[in-house]
Amino acid sequence: MKRKIRLQRGEPNNLRLDEFEIKVETGMVVLDAIHLIQATEAPDLAIRWNCKAGKCGSCSAEVNGEPKLTCMTRLSDYPEDQTLTVQPMKTFPLIKDLVTDVSWNYEVNRQITPYQHTEGTGDPIMFQAEVDRVQEFRKCIECFLCQDVCHVLRSHDMKDEFAGPRFMIRTAGLEMHPLDQGERLEHLRDDHGIGLCNITKCCTYACPEHIGITDNAIIPMKERVVDEYYDPLKWLWNMVTGKSN
Amino acid sequence: MEDFETIECDVLVVGAGGAGLRAAIAASEYGAKVALVSKSLLGKAHTVMAEGGVAAALGNVDERDNWKIHFRDTIRGSKNLANWEMAKIHAEKAPDRVRELERWGAVFDRTEEGKISQRNFGGHRYPRLAHVGDRTGLEIIRTLQDYAVHMENIEVFMECTVSDILKSDNRTVGALAYYRSSGKLVVFEAGSVILATGGIGKAYRITSNSWEYTGDGHALAYLAGADLIDMEFVQFHPTGMVWPPSVKGTLVTEGVRGDGGILVNSEGERFMFNYIPDVFAAETAKSEEEANSWLKGEEGAMRPPELLTRDVVARAIMTEVKEGRGSPHGGAFLDIASRQSPDYIRRKLPSMYHQFKELATLDITKEPMEVGPTTHYMMGGIKVEANTAASTIPGLYAAGEAAAGMHGANRLGGNSLSDLLVFGKIAGQCAANYAQENSKVSPHGKEIKKSIENTLEPFEDGDENPYQIHQELQEIMESHAGIVRTGEELEKGIRKLEKLEKRLPEMYAKGERKYNPGWHLCLDLHNMIITSLALSRAALERTESRGAHTRLDYPDYDDELGKVNMIVRPGPGGMSVVKSPLLKMPTELNDYVLKEVV
Ligand SMILES: Cc1cc2nc3c(=O)[nH]c(=O)nc-3n(C[C@H](O)[C@H](O)[C@H](O)COP(=O)(O)OP(=O)(O)OC[C@H]3O[C@@H](n4cnc5c(N)ncnc54)[C@H](O)[C@@H]3O)c2cc1C
Ligand code: SF4
Ligand code: SF4
Ligand code: FES
Repeated sequence: MKRKIRLQRGEPNNLRLDEFEIKVETGMVVLDAIHLIQATEAPDLAIRWNCKAGKCGSCSAEVNGEPKLTCMTRLSDYPEDQTLTVQPMKTFPLIKDLVTDVSWNYEVNRQITPYQHTEGTGDPIMFQAEVDRVQEFRKCIECFLCQDVCHVLRSHDMKDEFAGPRFMIRTAGLEMHPLDQGERLEHLRDDHGIGLCNITKCCTYACPEHIGITDNAIIPMKERVVDEYYDPLKWLWNMVTGKSN
Repeated sequence: MEDFETIECDVLVVGAGGAGLRAAIAASEYGAKVALVSKSLLGKAHTVMAEGGVAAALGNVDERDNWKIHFRDTIRGSKNLANWEMAKIHAEKAPDRVRELERWGAVFDRTEEGKISQRNFGGHRYPRLAHVGDRTGLEIIRTLQDYAVHMENIEVFMECTVSDILKSDNRTVGALAYYRSSGKLVVFEAGSVILATGGIGKAYRITSNSWEYTGDGHALAYLAGADLIDMEFVQFHPTGMVWPPSVKGTLVTEGVRGDGGILVNSEGERFMFNYIPDVFAAETAKSEEEANSWLKGEEGAMRPPELLTRDVVARAIMTEVKEGRGSPHGGAFLDIASRQSPDYIRRKLPSMYHQFKELATLDITKEPMEVGPTTHYMMGGIKVEANTAASTIPGLYAAGEAAAGMHGANRLGGNSLSDLLVFGKIAGQCAANYAQENSKVSPHGKEIKKSIENTLEPFEDGDENPYQIHQELQEIMESHAGIVRTGEELEKGIRKLEKLEKRLPEMYAKGERKYNPGWHLCLDLHNMIITSLALSRAALERTESRGAHTRLDYPDYDDELGKVNMIVRPGPGGMSVVKSPLLKMPTELNDYVLKEVV
């Protein structure tokens, strides 16, 4: 069977959509199609990938306008007679073809206070029920698809004010870790802009790891921020004890 | 000459998987200025894909476990070829390295008492693999990565590929690299260099490995004059996906069997009982009842034969298929659905559940999977000293899958993640020490010029498509140096590889230097040919069957060959293979390893 696939190619000032016709094999995913095109027609076609099993988060792109891991998206999910269009993530600066510059995400990550261990004697004791939630957030494969779809970043380009859903769950994972001592709430509010999220949940729908980004991380973190800073009693207490304002 | 940027550092770490990251952290703690480079983005190295767990005798689940039993399992699994010093250091230090990760924020699955949980795996006497469901590698790489990026003196260079090691008077002084995204060149001037580049699996078509596994570190070290060891030993993992064709080779973690999964042929027979080798007979269940009581956790029960070492299980599946008892797509059935509850399966093996659901439209909580062998891990690599991770070239170090010695003829599952941590740390410390004790030498302009010319060569005219050459290489390796080998086939394969090598200069890179995978592949292919030749030539010399190396023309152990490792090194007349006697193990440890049961 043959089918048509259209790929965005080129660099920022010179973009085009190239159409290819490929022979489809059973079970083929979008990334297979791209590799086939690379091997036969377009050797310099740029795409990132590593694991081809949904584990590394390298191969993110927009397939027919939807955020997808191209290695986990089967061609058979789309009608054969329809031309499939693959484009790079729109939220990040384009490098070439399907590859974007995601380095901003790595900078944001560095701004988050790392894990601060509670030193004790002997091996740490933590119970499974206590770490389930943290483990959910740590499943993140950094595909950045949630960042790609979040309107605060995508439509409003507020990268200086808002860290994006990926780093909301990163922070939540640290804050909810039973043995962590770090303080991140002030930073989360002032520099990482948690208040800018208006809970549209687009990030949650996009996440290939099915992480409950909004319900399990962002909303509880918003509550913690509110408790920490707007609870008048707590505020008074902090004033008296001299703990962070 | 082409323009290039120059970066100075004390220690250049090539590779940002578990080994490279752990090395960078250790070197930085030692006070060295570190440059950490990787071909892909940070956090995407192969380590992220590791599933089942990291082996360490913590004794949390079965307190009888200790380093000595782990050591014994490793040596027995290696069919006695492992470097005993490395195996000993590894078994002793692994628990500390795992606990340290926990102090850096890693969150492993827990036991009921709140300690790190451990699961069973092939070849390990007791439940030994610390794990996080089936995404252990992700947990480890993220923990190391987040720790490393907050260290002041580590600078990370992502999507930057080292294409040559620079030497001066037989000493390593740096490397040439190119940025993938821009195609620009950079020279790292370094006091010492650590190769932590991972494996070689992309030389085969059916593989669990990614595009990065082109044996760069192996080839860079070889070209720099270093010895390679155990190159004939490639691990074929018994359980890769076999259907649909586009995912053939994708890994199915051994954790499935560790958690009770069984292998069945088309006649419904649990065939592994027919393949128990004598050396493991005393430690393996002989009947289904016995194996079932093990699954229930009964004291003293022997492990099921599905948990024999990988070489044994891979060959058993091949034999079943060859004798006509394979599954519809040429594999065996791996069944966990009838052994554990759907809830348990989804909790302990979530990514396997999704992988099959999304890629094969199969629900592993309801149906058996179809699996067959896939190229997985390279036991062979850069020969290193156990205590320092130093290669045979001054200033050049190696760790992780690119280094060798730890695993001999067969690696136990889980022993790689622990290897990365233990020897990554040692490499980092010793390379930093070397850089501090030896005054820096700059690379010669002439050598840099030559390296640059080689790196840009593919942009000159040619008429060979690198993708086509790659496919031919994979076909050669699969049919002449695959799971089962013969002298005749290996010789044929070597001749074909030599021919293919002659075509490499004719490869061309179409287009610009900016993010050009065709160009990158041209360069990677030079490395793949070197490693493939080293592998095939060492395999030809080993006229016996041992561990992962199976010779149909020499089906048994040869006692004399059991006393040597094969070394591949560049000689005046080209590549040479020499035999090198094993390090002698102290009698007390040797007796312990030989005991039938412990
Ligand atoms: C699917 C899968 C599952 C596995 N499961 C387990 C498991 O459960 N337990 C276990 O112990 N082991 C497991 N393994 C094996 C284990 O994951 C690997 O052996 C290990 O992660 C290798 O780590 P490393 O640090 O040596 O290399 P990698 O993690 O592969 O890192 C190599 C690094 O080198 C870089 N690099 C390579 N060449 C160059 C170059 N020329 N220039 C610059 N950078 C370069 C790469 O970009 C990368 O950053 C598994 C392997 C696979 C494929
Ligand atoms: S829920 Fe918040 S973070 Fe998620 S997409 Fe909507 S605005 Fe962005
Ligand atoms: S939270 Fe989900 S969508 Fe966002 S980066 Fe992580 S895995 Fe991707
Ligand atoms: S290639 Fe790793 S997630 Fe797609």
